[in-house]
Amino acid sequence: MFLYDFSELTSSIHNSISSVMSPLATTVVEMVIAGIVFLLFYALVGLILVYAERKICAFFQCRLGPMRVGKWGLMQTIADFIKLLMKELIMIKNADKLLFNLAPFIVIIASFLAIGAIPFAKGLHALDFDIGVLYVMAVSSIGVLGILLAGWSSNNKYSLIGAMRSGAQVVSYELSVGLSLMTIVVLAGTMQFSEIVEAQNTGWFIFKGHIPALIAFVIFIISSTAETNRGPFDLAEAESELTAGFHTEYSGIKFALFFLGEYMNMFIVASIAATVFLGGWMPLHIVGLDSFNMIMDYIPPFIWFISKTAIIIFIMMWIKWTFPRLRIDQLLTLEWKYLLPINLVNITLMALCVLNQWHF
Amino acid sequence: MNSEGLILFFLLGLTLVGFAIVFSYFIPRKSENLQKYETYECGIPTYGLSWIQFNVGYYLFAIMFLIFDVEAVFLFPWAVVMKELKMVAFIEILIFFVILGLGLMYAWKKQALKWE
Repeated sequence: MFLYDFSELTSSIHNSISSVMSPLATTVVEMVIAGIVFLLFYALVGLILVYAERKICAFFQCRLGPMRVGKWGLMQTIADFIKLLMKELIMIKNADKLLFNLAPFIVIIASFLAIGAIPFAKGLHALDFDIGVLYVMAVSSIGVLGILLAGWSSNNKYSLIGAMRSGAQVVSYELSVGLSLMTIVVLAGTMQFSEIVEAQNTGWFIFKGHIPALIAFVIFIISSTAETNRGPFDLAEAESELTAGFHTEYSGIKFALFFLGEYMNMFIVASIAATVFLGGWMPLHIVGLDSFNMIMDYIPPFIWFISKTAIIIFIMMWIKWTFPRLRIDQLLTLEWKYLLPINLVNITLMALCVLNQWHF
Repeated sequence: MNSEGLILFFLLGLTLVGFAIVFSYFIPRKSENLQKYETYECGIPTYGLSWIQFNVGYYLFAIMFLIFDVEAVFLFPWAVVMKELKMVAFIEILIFFVILGLGLMYAWKKQALKWE
């Protein structure tokens, strides 16, 4: 029924490679191909997101943003990247050398592990675990270890306070992320991403689960913004009080890697939201309107996925540039006294809906 | 390619960061400077180390997180089989939530959720 099925493409590539090579060599070649594709995709998304953030921020503040390098400043992020790559790496005298160097690895590896589990389109899916949702939660929370290590090993008061705040914030909001995803798992009855997307064939979960799903979606957007350390929850790097927070002492490309990791985490949470709540690569289908559904089917699933993700990323940037930064006590109050109890009630509500077949 | 995929993505992260750091270690021009490798805190000389004991508030929240995260691990299998078990699962989770809610209420009343 889907016009664009990537599983045929991938299986044909697999067959053509395995016809000329041994099974071991086939696996290696396939992994190299997938690796190059993901590396390019990762870099491309990073560049685009940094540019988009600067432009969107500028438009919200009635500025033009980067305009000089390339047409509309399109080359700005590439120029910045080259500049950062050519900067000297400074190793602070008092720092814990091993942990200081280890921190960027942990942050980037965590985001790579998470990005592998995202279903981009039918068949374009590197890691399809049957515990997909749990897996993504698990690996995305490794990232906070990198932040804590970075802050601790820098031996700098700003970094330490930033890392501690970040730790308290990320572990708190991770609960809300997990519980809001769990609300949808109750409705879907599975944790596998491919099955979650397939189940949204007749309607996205945010429509299917109506009230509880909508509440879960709002909670997910709030808490994932907090989990990625973005404003208004960017206490970990509150520049007016903590210089740059946990990455104060990092220079050159190591700083850039933290920056990249942050943007990739934003992409990951946005694509998880798109997958779980907004149907992933499923086109918008309205029951009864067959001709409308046919037209929607002609748009490739990859475009659907990317545009849904882009909309959620835009909402997150909108939130960042609209609200003032929270204080840490307000931040923790919001999570523990509002979002968590609401979430628990919301799961019960969703269970009630599933029990009585109130969803459609 | 699930288990191989895990290794692949681990290696991808390792390669990206490794290459970037090795490149920046060898290629850029280096300069020496007396104060370059000092800790950056406002420009004045740093007072003492930063490896100190820290506000207990953070640890309280970490402990609270531990309780609720273990609870989340219990809830995930429940969420998957909820559709099949129907009423039994629902009543059991209600009891679970009541106990959990009592715990949260206790922490709330004990001011554990209040930032000092």
